[in-house]
Amino acid sequence: MGRAVAVIGTGQTKHGRRPDVSYPDMVREVIMVALEDAGITLKDVDGVVHGTMPSMMEGVSSTHLYFAEAIGAVGKPIMKVETCGSTGQSIAHCGFFWVASGMADIVLVVGSEKMNEGDSQATMTTVFDPYFQRVFAAGAPGTFTMQCMEWMYRFKIPEDKGREAAAMVSVSNHDNAMDNPYAHIRMKVTMDDVKNSRIVTYPVRLLDVCPSSDGACAVIFASEEKAKKICKKPAWIKGVGFRGEESFFGESDKSIWPSATEAAQEAYRQAGIKDPLKELDVAEIYNPFTYQEMIFCECFGFCPRGEAPDYVLKGTFKKGGELPCCPSGGTLCTNPIGATGLIRLAETVLQVTGKAGARQVEGAKIALSHAMGGVDQFNGVTIVSSNL
Amino acid sequence: MPKEYRTIRGDVALPYKWALGKTWTRFFDGLKEEKILGTKCTQCGKVFVPARTFCPVCLSDMAEWVEVKPEGEILTWTFVSAKYYGQVKDPPYIIATIKLVGTDCGFHHFIGGVDLSDAKQVRQKLKTGTKVKAVWRPEKKAEILDIAYFAPLK
Repeated sequence: MGRAVAVIGTGQTKHGRRPDVSYPDMVREVIMVALEDAGITLKDVDGVVHGTMPSMMEGVSSTHLYFAEAIGAVGKPIMKVETCGSTGQSIAHCGFFWVASGMADIVLVVGSEKMNEGDSQATMTTVFDPYFQRVFAAGAPGTFTMQCMEWMYRFKIPEDKGREAAAMVSVSNHDNAMDNPYAHIRMKVTMDDVKNSRIVTYPVRLLDVCPSSDGACAVIFASEEKAKKICKKPAWIKGVGFRGEESFFGESDKSIWPSATEAAQEAYRQAGIKDPLKELDVAEIYNPFTYQEMIFCECFGFCPRGEAPDYVLKGTFKKGGELPCCPSGGTLCTNPIGATGLIRLAETVLQVTGKAGARQVEGAKIALSHAMGGVDQFNGVTIVSSNL
Repeated sequence: MPKEYRTIRGDVALPYKWALGKTWTRFFDGLKEEKILGTKCTQCGKVFVPARTFCPVCLSDMAEWVEVKPEGEILTWTFVSAKYYGQVKDPPYIIATIKLVGTDCGFHHFIGGVDLSDAKQVRQKLKTGTKVKAVWRPEKKAEILDIAYFAPLK
């Protein structure tokens, strides 16, 4: 694991449609919040890591160059890391590695996206190889829905039960987003609203799917020595896991999703977690689709394979349940993709440091955050704790 | 009313010539002759379609070519109701992964020959394991859509 590393500050923009700010202005907004939260200035930062979706999202290549000054990278080492939707976890891991290695003491990590400036689903299509699979790629929903169908067939989950549980995941996330001042979509929805919303890719409906958001997130990582000096209540990184899969969709079994399963196992091994359902206090899962949240709950060992709908229906993952999932309202209600995985981490940091406001899970001490990227290809997991 | 700010309209359209290399050139030449070609790994014995230069599992060379029957069964599918930029079909249409006979992976393509007027009806007809057969496009261009779609076997 290298040196102990803590998160000493986080920042988020108000996410949603942000025509009120240019891209560099939006990124500067978030780093100012994070620096203030950590109680440091840019002078204290040894290096900067940045990440986004593919540059086609905004139509500007290498966005980290375009706003180097906005992310405080002038005169400092800068790295860009890009793994599609899992970018937020990848850049967090990169910041962690940099400090853990002893090569830097304080690293600023920034994830950002402006999804409303271009055609986000068209950009998503360019993630597929250009010869074989691109013509069949119906944006992100096509792939993710095929995965959900594969999962329901594999574990013989009756369609009505899957539908009911997915609707409950949507209702629960939307309820949670009402408590989150940063969330993009803040509206109450009912089970019937979800089940009657228009079909996007059968059986997935509009209220099963995340929005396209503009937004940014910044997280500041520090060595043990610095963290103890600067920060009253740091959140300690206890485990990180990341795994990739083959590029062609259809080559690995997405109903048991090896990369998600193994990334979590790796992070648990480092953190010494044996029974995640009992030991974790809260999880921030990357859930752009309701059905996918259930697959992740299984991959992360929160319940046996094929039984996530039962656990959802009995309220295990709701606020007040045994393991609350996405008290922020999750990716389902806010998805500025390059920032999203980092928002998941920032939210768990707020939880274990008791700073999550109305969405606080009482007494949370250890939490899991996660992100998924590519054509169901990458998964990253991070465990944070209030204890070193 | 929040103040409205200006945006500037711009487009990025870039041409590419993507190199197929020897393996994928041969695969697409095969499609022109209504042949689906895969390669077999001499180490793990797995057969992949489209053909590969190297085994995605073992990373070893895949020199053994096999002609695959244009038939298989559905692994998973979805009914697409929304329109996406750059897609060749207008919705509704069906995409699927298909396990072709004698192969060890999913093959991405359209499902056709099905009444698309009602998603629930489609749901009754298509399942994991539904047997399908390639329907060839009359005019060949050495591209993936030389197969028009896969249709359920009667």
